[in-house]
Amino acid sequence: MSDILVSEQSAAGASGRPSGRLLEVEDLRVEFRTRDGVAKVINGVTYHVDAGETLAVLGESGSGKSVTAQTVMGILDTPPGFVTGGQVRFHGKDMLGMSFEERRRIRGEGIAMIFQDALSALNPVFTVGFQIAEQFRVRRGMSRSDAKKRAIEMLDQVKIPNAKGRFSSYPHQFSGGMRQRAMIAMSLALDPEVLIADEPTTALDVTVQAQIMDLLAELQRERRMGLILITHDLGVVADVADRIAVMYAGRIVEEANVYDLYAKPAHPYTIGLINSIPRLDEKGQELRTIKGLPPNLMNIPPGCPFNPRCPMAQPVCREKVPPLLQVGAGRASACHFAEELVNRD
Amino acid sequence: MGRYLLRRLLQLIPVFIGTTFLIYWLVWSVPGDPFAGKCGERPCPDSFVNKMTEKFKLDEPLVVQYGNYMKNLFQGDFGQTFGGREIGDIIATSYPNTLKLALVALAVEAVIGLTAGVLTGLRRNGFLDNLVLVSSLFLIALPIFVIGFVAQWLLGVQWGIVKPTVSSEMRLSELIVPGFVLGSASMAYIARLARTSIAENRRADYVRTAIAKGLPMRRVVGIHLLRNSLIPVVTLLGTDLGALMGGAIVTEGIFQVNGIGQQVYRAIITKESATVVSIVVVLVLVYLLMNLVVDLLYAALDPRIRYE
Amino acid sequence: MSDPSAASIVSTPPAEAPNEIGAPTNAGLPENARKEKPRGLLGDAWRDLRRKPLFWISAAFIVLFLLMTAFPSLFTSGDPENGNLQNSLVGPSSEAWFGYDFQGRDVFARVIHGTRASIVVSLLSVLGVLLFGGAMGIVAGYRGGWVDALLSRIADIFFGLPFVLGAIVILTTFNGSGTSNSKAEIMGLVSISLIVLGWPVVMRLMRSSVLATKEADYIVAARALGAGTGRIILKHLLPNCLAPLLVYGTILVGSYIGAEATLSFLGVGLKSPVVSWGIMINEAQSLIRVAPYLLFFPAGFLVTAVLSFVMLGEAVREALDPKLR
Repeated sequence: MSDILVSEQSAAGASGRPSGRLLEVEDLRVEFRTRDGVAKVINGVTYHVDAGETLAVLGESGSGKSVTAQTVMGILDTPPGFVTGGQVRFHGKDMLGMSFEERRRIRGEGIAMIFQDALSALNPVFTVGFQIAEQFRVRRGMSRSDAKKRAIEMLDQVKIPNAKGRFSSYPHQFSGGMRQRAMIAMSLALDPEVLIADEPTTALDVTVQAQIMDLLAELQRERRMGLILITHDLGVVADVADRIAVMYAGRIVEEANVYDLYAKPAHPYTIGLINSIPRLDEKGQELRTIKGLPPNLMNIPPGCPFNPRCPMAQPVCREKVPPLLQVGAGRASACHFAEELVNRD
Repeated sequence: MGRYLLRRLLQLIPVFIGTTFLIYWLVWSVPGDPFAGKCGERPCPDSFVNKMTEKFKLDEPLVVQYGNYMKNLFQGDFGQTFGGREIGDIIATSYPNTLKLALVALAVEAVIGLTAGVLTGLRRNGFLDNLVLVSSLFLIALPIFVIGFVAQWLLGVQWGIVKPTVSSEMRLSELIVPGFVLGSASMAYIARLARTSIAENRRADYVRTAIAKGLPMRRVVGIHLLRNSLIPVVTLLGTDLGALMGGAIVTEGIFQVNGIGQQVYRAIITKESATVVSIVVVLVLVYLLMNLVVDLLYAALDPRIRYE
Repeated sequence: MSDPSAASIVSTPPAEAPNEIGAPTNAGLPENARKEKPRGLLGDAWRDLRRKPLFWISAAFIVLFLLMTAFPSLFTSGDPENGNLQNSLVGPSSEAWFGYDFQGRDVFARVIHGTRASIVVSLLSVLGVLLFGGAMGIVAGYRGGWVDALLSRIADIFFGLPFVLGAIVILTTFNGSGTSNSKAEIMGLVSISLIVLGWPVVMRLMRSSVLATKEADYIVAARALGAGTGRIILKHLLPNCLAPLLVYGTILVGSYIGAEATLSFLGVGLKSPVVSWGIMINEAQSLIRVAPYLLFFPAGFLVTAVLSFVMLGEAVREALDPKLR
């Protein structure tokens, strides 16, 4: 019952040439159709990740970062979610056009995902060991004992002490950090090329957060995986990301490597985010916020979605949606005034 | 686990004593004259009254009577009817019939209820869904004697598909219709519980994870989803078995099954107090023990509640 | 009667997934955007309920039955208790829509008048069960400790009695063949039996509701602000625990109508001269081959009444369930 790794077939890519990109999302559009109306959750998202690099997708709740990841994995709830445009390419082949079976085989082996709340993400009635070994048994056809051995190895790799004993423990018997490690072990069992981590540390204590991020970084290095880190936490991102894509109202509003983004953000939203981080050397000053609230996705205002809250808003912003354009080497921004922002001192 | 078991057993004892004493009091003490109507129109002769008073120790305080009775019971002596029949025999001949009927009812309600519930839970809002919803509503709402009556009349009398009443051999084929009637309301509850449980769990995070792992849908549903969703259903089935083993007075009456429900009903009507108490004691004990078994079953199925 | 499980079935079109996208905001919206007043759970529930056709149908039937209970003469001028033997077993006709029974009594009149017994007994019993069981549940849940343990054990004792069995024992003890109680006494006795056997379920329901909300932050806050126990219970705890009780109570009325009929059917419930559907069905048993209509009409009313309450309860449950929103 073993599956043939999809990458062998799609290495040639759609056009016959090997595509350099490991995973690519292009102009993805997703909407949610509900009783109260249609919400445009993703409005033309484009990003990519290559082997060995970490892309951080940064955004507030409701920005669409998780939904994009779910669409990539193919676990979007359909209904009410519907993909209305765009492509998701893995090794150059569009997954959205694939059959269910083809897509299923990529999951776990090509692309894997870990979630925010390990307690609810793991099945409460099966042992952790069972859930890891399951991958080996079902998808690689291993025997029970072999799968168990491999599962214990995985638990070791994620640095869970007493891996052998912990094999028979249930999820609720672990602490938060250990549970997250177990989930990581489960996701890496089949040696995927891409790992999507959807807010993996949001529910954890700060110290545990650091440990988990270190673990992820180490595992990524060893396996040369592409890592997509979805988060709203600017602090987490700074340490581990190579590139950052900032999302707002279902769009990428800025994309840059981590140094450029922090040093000189090229979008008012990013500027606002970075400015809002409280700094020790500004004791006694008022906290800076971005005034207003994210837009109602059933009724997005015309023009740039950020314009109601933007301190730099001009009439053009209310009329035309700014496209995501390159504004420097390896960086892009979706703002009519991006050039000026990049070139300011 | 052992401590949990011990604790539950200890809780069981006062409840057992309470319920059985309550029944004893209701049956022996409250009516005033335990011999009313025993001897036809006239009051009973003194010799009879004296003999019975001695036999059942009726001139002692109630608590002593009760204590005595329980002592005998646990030594295997279920007492005798006013006419001298061994109550233990009555129970021994009729209870197995009740159990047989109960098991058939359980099987019917499990098979039909689970199938209906699982199918509609996985795929909501089809024709099947509405059919199951409406029919389960009817089965729950109709009193059991109406269902029994209609089933007996339609299938037994009008269409003649089955015999209207059950023979003394209690063949399995004869028990299917009474079993269906007996289990009808529970079947409906099971179907709806399974449906809701599955529909709710389908959106659960762990199902999403299982899909994200790339497992085949067959496994996601058959192993991950069902194993979780069916926990409440299985425990409901267990509880129901306990209730079924409590005898089905109405169903046994309609289909003429010589089970313990019939015996206790007759005993109540004819004021065979000793019989009533003995049978009820047995039924209550069985019910309480079944509840305990169901609790253990629940703990066995759901690891989260094991370590209380 | 077993207690209703969590499943719910009223077949209204299910809500598509709740809007999980973004809270409606005013940022960037034009001035004439609709401003929605925040509604409570009951307000939402009522709005939902209004849209379900099943709700209106059941409610209509229930109103009809209540009218029959209060003013039977509005519906029939026949005499439910006395009949003319010459009319014995005469079938339905234009004069007597439901025919006559064995003693020549007008079946239609009996069915209409029988509504009162069935409905009154059930409503009274449910009220009693809710009040008593609810009170016990609140005390047990709120106080906890040994009070809870004691009350729970007491509830278990009554829980351990099989329903039909317990009812038969109670009723034959107090209303046996030797006694002759008045109509009101008989109805009262049946109600008491139903209450005595039914309160443990309500107690457990209320208790688990209370246990769930007891530690809620707003309760702790109220206590911190100095609210006394009584005020906390009445103003904060109760409104949040009422929903399941409301649903259960409505369905229970239907259940108890059936239960009363079952007991009358067994001959231990209401008896002549009281008229009830259960009694009529009992009497119709032996005559079913010659006069099936004797069973059909009261059974039909019985089934309709039970269904109406059960469906209403289901509709209310669905409307109150925030998860289905």
